Order: sequence, then C-alpha cells, then structure tokens
Amino acid sequence: MTTRREFLVLACGAASITAATRSEAQLVPNQEALRKAALREAIRKVTGGAPLSRGRVKLDLPPLIDNGNAVPLSVTVENPMTNADHVKAIHIFTEKNPQPYVLSAYLGPRAGRARLATRVRIADSGTVTAVAQLSDGSFWSDSAEVVVTLSACLEEGLI
Amino acid sequence: MARAIITMPAAARRGEIIEIKALVAHSMETGFRRTQYGDLIPRDIITRFVCTYNGAQIFSAELHPAIAANPLLAFSTVATESGTITFRWSGDNGYAVTETASILVE
Repeated sequence: MTTRREFLVLACGAASITAATRSEAQLVPNQEALRKAALREAIRKVTGGAPLSRGRVKLDLPPLIDNGNAVPLSVTVENPMTNADHVKAIHIFTEKNPQPYVLSAYLGPRAGRARLATRVRIADSGTVTAVAQLSDGSFWSDSAEVVVTLSACLEEGLI
Repeated sequence: MARAIITMPAAARRGEIIEIKALVAHSMETGFRRTQYGDLIPRDIITRFVCTYNGAQIFSAELHPAIAANPLLAFSTVATESGTITFRWSGDNGYAVTETASILVE
C-alpha cells in the first residue's frame, strides 16, 4: 500500500523526468541545415571532391507539383555517346527528402544517347539536382526549383 | 506475383537508337512512414536494376526510397544484333524479378 507521502514523492519525480525529456526534445537540430549538409556530403561522395560545373545537363521536371508521390523527371546530357567520350553515370539528389539520394544510373556508349526518365517522390518544395559523370572524369550538374503541394513520404508533414 | 511491363520496339534497324521503358509493380515502402499506432513501417524497396543485352550489361541503376511506387525507368540503347534483352530487379527481403524481351535487328 502506497502512503500519501510516497505517492507525492513518486509523482513529483515522474513529473520532473517528463519535464526534462520535454526540454531536451525541444532542442531539435536544425533539420534544414542537416539536410543541406547531407546533400553536400552525398554529392561530394559521388564527385570525390572533383569540381562540379554547371551546364550540359538538362534536368526536366514540372515546376509545380500537385502530388509529390510520383513526379515525372527526366535527365538529358548533351554529350556524344562514343567509346572515347560518353556519360558514365547520372545521379539525382533532392534537398528536402529525409535522404538526399534518389537515383544513380550507370550507362555507357551502348546507350546511344544520354537520356533517362523515371518517376520520383519529393517531400517538400526545394531544389532537385542532377549530376552527370563523363568518361573524361568531369562532372556536370543542373538544378531545378520545384513547388510541392502534396508532400510524399511523410503523411504527417515534414519531420 | 510480381508484374513487370517492358515497352520497346519488337524490331529495329541496325544501329538505330531504341527507347526502352521498364516498369515493375512494387510498393517501394520508404521506411519513413508510420502506422496509425506510431510504429515505423519497415523499408521494403527495390535497390538495384540491371539491364543486359545478349549478356552484356547496357544499363544499371541504384534505386532509393525516393523513387515512386511501381518504379519506371526509361532509357535507350543502340540496336546492335537480334537477341534478348534481360531486365532484373532486386531489392529488400530477397526480392528478385527477371523479365526478358526479344528484339529483331535487320
């Protein structure tokens, strides 16, 4: 049988523990900064620190997205596909998804032309980036800003 | 039973660039969604796609949770010789599906 005094001591203890966890929970890390850092890290992993130039790559996706669960996306690289000079890989990243990675595609001279299309999920309005790796070791990129009305991945909004 | 749909021409001239569209039925569960009780739904996605033309690899891709359900990949290849093009998807929980399509090159 718990006495009234014991009950009060226990209740106070429980309350203070709840208060402590809640104050810790309020110290949420800056999600936006973390995701930007994750995106930079993901791109750096692909390029290995090599310089990333703008141009040559054309990333095509609708600027206004009603449903982020299936967004048509295509990447075209203006580069011949010969044995000596071709596109080796195309990588796609997003800024606002829980993970920056979307797709890494590996192609070669047998592709004929450097074009790729797929459907992706986008969680929130932000930047989508495509990076192309050429056979000479150079990296080219293109980015597109999109506005998303219905978010993908996260039913209760962005965490 | 997994269902895959391949869209590509049945015949082509030698040296012609043909477009291939490969779609497979899969929910691509992201691993970030929760049930109504707050439990995380485990990730179940296709992680890898490989396309081979008469045994030689012509295209491959690594897929991530940000690929929409029923992943569709459209790419191209040069029609070099008659034969079969094989498509292979593999992923979480031992998922593996293979589909083939034949092409006639004149």
